[in-house]
Amino acid sequence: MLGYSIRRLLAAIPTLLLLIAASFVLIQVAPGGPFTSERPLPPQVLANIEARYGLDQPMWKQFWDYLYNIVFHFDFGPSFKFKDRDVNDIIAQGFPISLTYGFLSFLAATSVGVTLGVAAAIRHNTWIDYFAVSLGIAAQALPNFIMGPILILVFTLYLGWLPGGGWNGGAWPYLIMPVIALSTSYMGSIARITRSSMLEVLNSNYIRTARAKGIPERQIIWKHAMKPTLLPVVSYLGPVFVYVLTGSVFVDIYFSTGGLGQAYVGSALSRDYSVLLGVTILYGGLTVLVNLITDLAYAWFDPKIRY
Amino acid sequence: MFGSSKKTIELAEAVNEQAIVGRSLWRDAYDRFTSNKAAMVCVAILGCIVLFTLAGPFFAVWDNETIDWTAMGDVRGLGAPSVESGHFFGVDDLGRDLYSRVIQATTTSLLVGLIGAAMALIVGTLYGIVAGYLGGRIDGLMMRFVDILLAIPSTLVIILLLVVAGRSFIMLFVALGAVSWLSMARIVRGQTLTLKNRDFIEAARAAGVGEFTIMIRHILPNLLGVVIVYASLLVPEMILAESFISFLGLGISEPYTSLGALIAEGAGTMAYGTLWQLLFPLFFYVTIIITMFFIGDGLRDALDPKDR
Amino acid sequence: MKHIRNSALATLVATTMLASPVLAAGTHPTTGEPLADDQTFTYRVLDEHSSVDPQVVEDVTGAEVVRDLFEGLMNQDEEGNLVPGVATGFTTNDDKTVYTFTLRDNAKWSNGDPVVAGDFVYAWQRAVDPELSSPYAWYMEITSIENAAKIIAGDAPITDLGVKAIDDRTLEIRLSAPLPYFATMTTHSTLFPAPRSVIEAHGADWTKPENIVSNGAYVLTEHLPNERSVRERNPMYWDNENTIIDKVVALVINDENVALTRYMAGELDRTEVPAGQFPRLKEEHPEEAISFPRLCNYYYTFNLSNDGPEQFKDVRVRKALAMAVDRKIIVENVLAGGQPEAYSFTPAAVANFEPPASEMASMTQAERDAKAKELLAEAGYGPDNPLKFSMIYNTSESHKKIAVAMSQMWKQKLGVEAELGNMEWKVFLETRGNQDFELARGAWCGDYNEASTFLDLLTTPSGYNDGKFSSAEIDSLMTQARTASETSDLYTRVEAIIAQEQPVIPIYHYAGVYMLDSDVGNWPVNNVEQNWYSKNLYKIAE
Repeated sequence: MLGYSIRRLLAAIPTLLLLIAASFVLIQVAPGGPFTSERPLPPQVLANIEARYGLDQPMWKQFWDYLYNIVFHFDFGPSFKFKDRDVNDIIAQGFPISLTYGFLSFLAATSVGVTLGVAAAIRHNTWIDYFAVSLGIAAQALPNFIMGPILILVFTLYLGWLPGGGWNGGAWPYLIMPVIALSTSYMGSIARITRSSMLEVLNSNYIRTARAKGIPERQIIWKHAMKPTLLPVVSYLGPVFVYVLTGSVFVDIYFSTGGLGQAYVGSALSRDYSVLLGVTILYGGLTVLVNLITDLAYAWFDPKIRY
Repeated sequence: MFGSSKKTIELAEAVNEQAIVGRSLWRDAYDRFTSNKAAMVCVAILGCIVLFTLAGPFFAVWDNETIDWTAMGDVRGLGAPSVESGHFFGVDDLGRDLYSRVIQATTTSLLVGLIGAAMALIVGTLYGIVAGYLGGRIDGLMMRFVDILLAIPSTLVIILLLVVAGRSFIMLFVALGAVSWLSMARIVRGQTLTLKNRDFIEAARAAGVGEFTIMIRHILPNLLGVVIVYASLLVPEMILAESFISFLGLGISEPYTSLGALIAEGAGTMAYGTLWQLLFPLFFYVTIIITMFFIGDGLRDALDPKDR
Repeated sequence: MKHIRNSALATLVATTMLASPVLAAGTHPTTGEPLADDQTFTYRVLDEHSSVDPQVVEDVTGAEVVRDLFEGLMNQDEEGNLVPGVATGFTTNDDKTVYTFTLRDNAKWSNGDPVVAGDFVYAWQRAVDPELSSPYAWYMEITSIENAAKIIAGDAPITDLGVKAIDDRTLEIRLSAPLPYFATMTTHSTLFPAPRSVIEAHGADWTKPENIVSNGAYVLTEHLPNERSVRERNPMYWDNENTIIDKVVALVINDENVALTRYMAGELDRTEVPAGQFPRLKEEHPEEAISFPRLCNYYYTFNLSNDGPEQFKDVRVRKALAMAVDRKIIVENVLAGGQPEAYSFTPAAVANFEPPASEMASMTQAERDAKAKELLAEAGYGPDNPLKFSMIYNTSESHKKIAVAMSQMWKQKLGVEAELGNMEWKVFLETRGNQDFELARGAWCGDYNEASTFLDLLTTPSGYNDGKFSSAEIDSLMTQARTASETSDLYTRVEAIIAQEQPVIPIYHYAGVYMLDSDVGNWPVNNVEQNWYSKNLYKIAE
């Protein structure tokens, strides 16, 4: 399994390189540059700025320098927009924030979703089932970006229970609304997947056999049904994990959390090439890593798979 | 974010196990689907919505872009939903009739869902079949390409496409299609790999049928079950994705609108006494998404013989 | 947990304070208003600031922070008048090419070092240094300081810049052309001093809160990008005694509606009012909703370049379109924030110039509409030959609303078909800059409080003249104005030509539309450039 993991990670290197190259070209093709502004800069001033950031070099040279600095100095370059900061700085500041609320949302979505799903399946066709199903569907069908303003309106303005935004080092009152807003729709999906998976497992022959043998229901569910039930859930969770860690632009926008989601979209809009590339590489690397973890987790849940 | 759920891959595999048999299976599937009450109710509801988008304009007093200047001056009062003023759903912040705008937006969102999913379906299926059937090094290259694209965050792809090519219906479909065909291609390729060594393909090949004909005539029909299930799940994902694009302000241009754009506008003004601007589009949006879920589930059950 | 404990503590402290009024923070020295105990001013900013380095900063948000952290030779007061800053005053020679500033002897950096003339020399040389490549180097060029342009072009060493420290208290500036308003330009952040030793010790990291040394009334104590930045009282500041606000917090809130919600929840002292919400807020919170004119205009520009659309080459078409825009509806129903309707290019809020009333301004809207129909018919457009064109604007809720309203006015009154094109900001700038449009949105905020900052935009060489309108008469009038002592007549003539030729459609002039907590005292509503200094504000006890 270790050998397999190492092989997978090595195979990811050319993928990442191509990813960097593709993004590098894509970004530069977009109209407007980092220094296009409302007030056009005089040519001489623009030339000085471009020289400073190496943008006057041919594309291949820029690309080579960029890679060189990453590989030998682990330096992702300066930000073109936030002139006091470089990309390493921006990621070091924003990523832990995204990671914290993303991971908590992931935990919340998984634990609540699986609980709801299992409860619904065990109490199939009772009010618990109906409640869980409607909750799951409602959570999934609401566009997640409207959760932000609604939560702030209710909990900050009307009830006055929670601060309306900010991060404050991740103090819990500041975490609650972002986590609710981000986890809701995933919670819904997870609940639905868990429920249908569990129902299928409970109807399978081996569970029927176990029941026939008189094994207590509790033990059947926990010892025999749980693992196969979670198999499809795990494959769903992989992409979700990457997504909650990265796709949090609306959380950052509404709750001023200062995470990477907003920095990422912002850098695309302001053509801050270096920040955009840096975060893309981070996300690409994360995707590769999470895919590997998902596959390993899969092997654990499904003994038929061996690496 | 979308098109990436491995759950569908699972389901697809399960479907394919037994979906190869022949016509009678489709008949069975049809019967199973029509006997699924929830799915049929949802088909009816969705049908009503489609009917509403078609027939609704005949009852409209205002069109979707004309500003009612009197309502504009007092959106909270005169702009509220009312039968007398002809604004059945009220007006938006600019005094435009929300009834007509919701109809137009619903049409857009449905089209985005269907066409976006269709694009993913066509491109992904062709790509997947070719890669899977040809196999070997070509397969390796084609799949590596897909892997790379999958590692690029879809947000980036969408933003860049819309930024580079400007806003239009076409571009929206292309952007959504561009990020969602990848998973489809992977699923189809996997299916093709298992299919191409089956006896009936061997037989066709022995009988001298051309490669291209085999792909189109023999492999493609056997993939349809998987493809339909996956595509039905893609439709709500496309609509959700479009609403995210609208949230970023990159959606289609005025005077056209989509449910996502209307919801984003309504969510902005919900504290200002014009709640109908949020509720009407949200109602249609949520209804479409939920019915699509149930229809997708129904299709899966119908095409997945395990449940019998 | 921490949050709760803190607020409980705060309540405890507050009650203790109530019990013993003797401890109260006192009253304002001039107005006599009772001052609040907590002198913290919290305001909302739309976006993270680009930098707090005075020579590098390029956005308004950043400039607001920098104005608190650093102090230049001169400051502006609440009316926008020039008042002493680090300099106590200045003298100039007869032809206004040599300025000599005298620095006060008690100005200090936050680390205790005195602020000397050399700090200005160093900072200004930095601003033109190609190596720092400041995006605001152009500002140094328009100050006309000797050799600035040459140094930026890399043709001279930075030491050639026409600024010299005669001694620690005397700064001499030599200009390459006479500039009567040079002293007013020193209120801009690019000309603020910079602490050489700190910059040399920390390099690019010198603006981090743990490193930064500044000479203004505040020091930067906390910066959490995209979340908040905090500046606190600088005890070394020469006028620290008269500074009342202790702490200023800028919260980044991207969404204006959420910002308003948080304002209502009491988390902010100031936020912008979303378009259309001002009348309701004014009714519900008359004390807090404020609106005042700003030095900015908002217009649409025709593409008059050679490859521009044929139909706009006809002045009757341009006039018809300008006439049919009902500005009253736009300012009262769409924006509804007390913005003035625009019939001239220059905002009326500008100093020393009264924009002339054009013919259009004196007509009623009905007359304008009739005239517009007539003009358009004369130009050969009618029901069977409708005028068609496309108009572009950049993505924003209020730009969208205005564009939609305008296109509907044209459609309903004139049968004109205007296709709306909404573009992302950078694409928009590129498209407009390349004359790849027919009709495009434009807006400008004055760099300084003088009409030429607007009128120069319509001269042939202007870099911002994206419509490529060219009038030899305007060019020559504006050249004359640069050295003329009496400019008002020249500007009036320029406005008259603009009204006649209609190269642009002025829509409205900006207003600052805020929710400002009624306990914030002395907000400079009369400073049309909105150059505000936290040190001049105070919080009134409630």
